[in-house]
Amino acid sequence: MAEQQQHADNSAAYLIRGAAILGGAAEDLLIRDGVIAARGRQLDADGAGVRDATVIDARGLIALPGMVDIHTHLREPGREDAETVETGTRAAALGGYTAVHAMANSTPVADTAGVVEQVLTLGRTAGWVDVRPVGAVTVGLAGEQLAELGAMADSRAHVRVFSDDGICVHDPVLMRRALEYVKAFDGVVAQHAQEPRLTAGAQMNEGEVSAVLGLAGWPAVAEESIIARDVLLAQHVGSRLHVCHVSTAGSVEIIRWAKSRGVNVTAEVTPHHLWLTDELARSYDPVYKVNPPLRTDADVQALRAALADGTIDVVGTDHAPHPSEHKECEWAQAAMGMTGLETALSVVQHTMIETGLMGWEDFARVTSTAPAAIGRVQDQGRPLEAGEPANVTLVDPAARWTVDPSKMATMGRNSPFAGRELPGKVVATFFKGHPTVLDGKLNTPYRWPVDAVDAGPAGRRP
Amino acid sequence: MRHLLSTEDLSLHDAIRILDTAEEMAAVGEREVKKLPALRGRTVVNLFFEDSTRTRISFEAAAKRLSADVINFAAKGSSVSKGESLKDTAQTLAAMGADAVVIRHWASGAPHRLAATDWIDAAVINAGDGTHEHPTQALLDAFTMRRHWSKLAGTPSAGADLKGMRVAIAGDVLHSRVARSNVWLLRTLGAEVTLVAPPTLLPIGVDKWPCAVSFDLDETLAQGVDAMMMLRVQAERMNASFFPTTREYSRRWGFDDNRLRALDSLGLKDTIIMHPGPMNRGLEISAAAADSPRSTVLAQVRNGVSIRMAALYLLLSGENREPAAAPVSASASHAANPNLTYSHQESH
Repeated sequence: MAEQQQHADNSAAYLIRGAAILGGAAEDLLIRDGVIAARGRQLDADGAGVRDATVIDARGLIALPGMVDIHTHLREPGREDAETVETGTRAAALGGYTAVHAMANSTPVADTAGVVEQVLTLGRTAGWVDVRPVGAVTVGLAGEQLAELGAMADSRAHVRVFSDDGICVHDPVLMRRALEYVKAFDGVVAQHAQEPRLTAGAQMNEGEVSAVLGLAGWPAVAEESIIARDVLLAQHVGSRLHVCHVSTAGSVEIIRWAKSRGVNVTAEVTPHHLWLTDELARSYDPVYKVNPPLRTDADVQALRAALADGTIDVVGTDHAPHPSEHKECEWAQAAMGMTGLETALSVVQHTMIETGLMGWEDFARVTSTAPAAIGRVQDQGRPLEAGEPANVTLVDPAARWTVDPSKMATMGRNSPFAGRELPGKVVATFFKGHPTVLDGKLNTPYRWPVDAVDAGPAGRRP
Repeated sequence: MRHLLSTEDLSLHDAIRILDTAEEMAAVGEREVKKLPALRGRTVVNLFFEDSTRTRISFEAAAKRLSADVINFAAKGSSVSKGESLKDTAQTLAAMGADAVVIRHWASGAPHRLAATDWIDAAVINAGDGTHEHPTQALLDAFTMRRHWSKLAGTPSAGADLKGMRVAIAGDVLHSRVARSNVWLLRTLGAEVTLVAPPTLLPIGVDKWPCAVSFDLDETLAQGVDAMMMLRVQAERMNASFFPTTREYSRRWGFDDNRLRALDSLGLKDTIIMHPGPMNRGLEISAAAADSPRSTVLAQVRNGVSIRMAALYLLLSGENREPAAAPVSASASHAANPNLTYSHQESH
């Protein structure tokens, strides 16, 4: 009975009336059986299977491909006091996401097929988005020995992104081997670029502000030197490199140079690095403590320009929820990280679209198409055309809202945007044709077919 | 003034007010009965997360001379896992009815956190936080300089600033809260500051500070200095490649006997030599320099009590200060936590 209900739920039809597709002309989208059944102007209400569809008046809204986060910390297993797959993916759906890549620094570390399959199952049981586990590059993130990358790739989780995120794979030989090895299964190494010796005890960006505050500096060169090394390694071995959370103007220059030389490198920027600067550290409020740290306004401007011109490929949230006691303390004691899933769209709209640097088509590229391609997520980041999987986000670009972390779905209260008024609001999120979010509120999760919860990679439904 | 957290945001008006009040407090220290009833019934907590006997007893003496009740709270342990959190400690002190918290902490910004959060509603005095600031040290240094500078000019100290005074500060600026607090306060008071240090011990970004920077102590002295302040070299810097050896450091950046003689040969007869203590004799300062008539080391210690009296007095009985809230409950206990030691001392 319950199963039948769920099945019925998943296959309900929705007619989205008059949404601006990628910010362009208003058209209708008919969603049925998990796919976009039709796209067009004034789809006939009586024909083409429209009759039973729930009509959603989307005038004034923008239809986007469901957002794909290449960089999320869901904390489960191990730190369920910070976030669970359930709460983190609720936040993701509310933020307009239909897929997230769950970083490997859980406890235990996601460095075996067993752990990545556990995370996959947790994600499918939750049903809010497609949870794509990221595998650790090295055993226990210890930077000493390669994890069983092939086993994770061949597992049900079908891992394609490997990262020790939080920690840099700093040993150049190990990094070389990882880059080479993942070629065997079309994987990518996502590097957290941070030279460890140059950043021992680092608390914030090294510069004018750290000099005054007396907080140990995290110099830009510690990021840039690793990126420079890694793009050269990627070129040498002919592999695919992804650079996580690029934060400095110098890093942008190196990546631009590497791309011009044909290196197969992609890069990511976080929403917070597109806006906030190290000036905020003057408050000593650890909500602004993050790794890599907030940089200067010159860096912010360079990152925006790089995202607009394609040097930086994607926006990744680096959503990093922490329990309040890890932020209600001295700066040096505090954990690094910020939440991001429920503010990313608005922050990108504010920093990139309302500044005229990008349009909504570009937005779809950097938040959906490109991250899906990096993660090899086959059924996401697709065009909004008939026959495509119905992963769709509806956004009200005219809405304004004030960030209140206590009202978020994530368990993390550590949003650096608390109290700020942001533009843009997610009105609905369709995941595999099912509305996980409706009227800006959580609806119900997508129910995977029972045999898919424990089997099969995403995009290959049995 | 609600708190005393840094000299960076201390106005000239408030700085002069503290220095002038300290002059009045110094007069109390010269009386037979060294005590004022100004803060009777007020509770001052010395909350020290880092050992510093000198600073703690200076604040303790200052509070007691103002008749405040003093609680010394030494909270050791460097992580949340090892001990009580700063928030819990602050809320405990608030529950006990602390009117002022004098905080020394190894983490830069910890006093700002106490002042900015609702954990405790007491006046917060920064008694040194990490490598950030040590405002009462800078104020006592400025007090010492102002007395010297006024005496040379033959004018009273009260109301005066330090316009035109040339001050050199030499040593580990990178890790020094004393240097930072001095740079901001001396700028506010109109002095001309030169920092002298090995390039490895200057912060990136120092070029934006309101002072000159030199890598050459002898050249700085030759250009004329009215106050020469030496900073302590911490033992943990010595094996971290900030400089090759302590001997090389001493030769290039220490105030040794040759430089003491150079003051005479340069005709700088009124130049004073300052040090915040504790000194590494033979490293950043020679014994002869530390003990010379130019040395103000002990005057600085003496003036420290006056400055801290002034700060406590202005924060706790100034016109801006609201009446202290009635103490709530003092039932909290720290007996369960072996990392906390607690003592309560009557102030009379």
